[in-house]
Amino acid sequence: MKLDDEEKDILAGKAGFVPQQALQHQIKVGEFFGAENMVPVTQAHLMADTESLGEAGVRWLEGLAATVDGQRRVRIPTITDPRGTDFANADLLGQTSAMLDLEKRAISAFEKLGVAMTNTCINYQTIQAPTRNEHVAFGDTGVVIYSNSICGARSNFEGGPSALAAGLTGRTPRYGFHLPEMRRATMRVHVEFTPTSLNGWGALGGVIGRIAGNYWAVPVIEGIEGAPKSDQLKHFGASMASFGSIALFHLAGLTPEAGKLTDVAAHGLPSLRVTRADVDELQRSYHTDDQVDVVVFSAPQLSLFELGDLAGLCDGRRFAVPLLAVTSPQVKPDADRMGYTARIEAAGGKVLSGMCFYQSYAREISEARGWKRLATNSAKLVNILGGYGYRPMLASMESCVDAAVSGKLART
Amino acid sequence: MNTKIFRARHAMGRTVRGPTLVAKDGFSARYDLDRIKGIFCRPSHKLAGQSYVGKILVLDTAKGGVATAWMLHEMKSRGIVPLALVFNSVNPILAQGAALGDVSMLAGFDEDITAAVPNGAEVEVNPEMGVLTVVD
Repeated sequence: MKLDDEEKDILAGKAGFVPQQALQHQIKVGEFFGAENMVPVTQAHLMADTESLGEAGVRWLEGLAATVDGQRRVRIPTITDPRGTDFANADLLGQTSAMLDLEKRAISAFEKLGVAMTNTCINYQTIQAPTRNEHVAFGDTGVVIYSNSICGARSNFEGGPSALAAGLTGRTPRYGFHLPEMRRATMRVHVEFTPTSLNGWGALGGVIGRIAGNYWAVPVIEGIEGAPKSDQLKHFGASMASFGSIALFHLAGLTPEAGKLTDVAAHGLPSLRVTRADVDELQRSYHTDDQVDVVVFSAPQLSLFELGDLAGLCDGRRFAVPLLAVTSPQVKPDADRMGYTARIEAAGGKVLSGMCFYQSYAREISEARGWKRLATNSAKLVNILGGYGYRPMLASMESCVDAAVSGKLART
Repeated sequence: MNTKIFRARHAMGRTVRGPTLVAKDGFSARYDLDRIKGIFCRPSHKLAGQSYVGKILVLDTAKGGVATAWMLHEMKSRGIVPLALVFNSVNPILAQGAALGDVSMLAGFDEDITAAVPNGAEVEVNPEMGVLTVVD
């Protein structure tokens, strides 16, 4: 890769060990993908829950954090994805003191590196959305696909080590979705059904993700009616990224780079249709039981509007099984002020913040609490939790709340 | 001895040799693995129940989220890790994870590598040359 003078100095260790090893990591990845050079980035978003890090990852971070001050801090705003717990509610999740200790060690290391502990996967709704053509280094696939597709920003999936490296060097290898030619559509998808519910949008995203099938695919989607809302596109994108590892889609006539279909699509692209039956079939495939052990709203974290809707559904209800609603530390105080938290918790639910359910030792939670049959309106969550030993079921927010009352999930 | 050689467009890591575990399926450390037991655990995965430890994984493509970027490093620290990763296509997360975890990797072949390499075959992965050699 071609390096500028500043990068050569970093690589030579003139800025210290921490940025040096960060750039070495970036060069290794960049050369793997044939990047010609680095591109400056303005923000980094870092996924680093301790279930993923483990003891080895936390020790690695502590090693960086032990470097002399002045040579270890990030150069650009660098924020975090959800942590592996909500410390105030760890008992409810059955988490052990060892898990919490590991979290505290990771947080301490990140703070020494200058990372801002925002603990959110909806930073595009709550912290600062990137702008069109802004190069960023974002982790969490839902964040990347929303930022690329809806905001028109430019990011690859940056896993924790690479997002941290980008924060420390202020740049990232220029490959993939930093390149204009990689952002053009590779396939057309005509949608014959525009969902209204969040689970419907998630299911549609899952269907398209399965069809598209790999990271380098860029679907341009036609046929969406009206103007989708941010929360709908949040679930749509997060699910597409989860089911298909997709990082960028276009909505013809709606998203910034696809004012016209021809802006992103060449003639002769493969073209597919997605029907309501396809979306319904994905949802039905996850309805494998009628009994429910727990109801979870998470993945992505809930916006203030979602919590408001949930609070409305909880009024006058009494839950027979646990109901968890997970949001960001930025939204939670507003939900408290608006009275949403109190209304959800009056029905027997719990509002958690700063974590995400699947990033919080989901297998251990299942074993500690005996939760197997889990109802949610998140298509992303049902896709992930099968590997954690759950029997996840996808339904509307309304049906999930009903299930929390009766312990049974109605078939639709 | 018969040998067959496959060239990869993307390569990383050191030369390793071992048995393959092959499937036309995707891969995510978070979605698909029981990382304590060292087995594929996602019920719908074609390798469900099989151990990946010390195997050269030959799979189709990377799936899912960003956690694999940390998890390969964590798995390597406990020795519960694949010997190498050989994929038709990878996403940045797998490459970032292999870089941090020091796991050898090849990706990008002219043919479907999951159809070309037999399950259980002895193979050598040579990232410096960008080749996978089947030694049978």
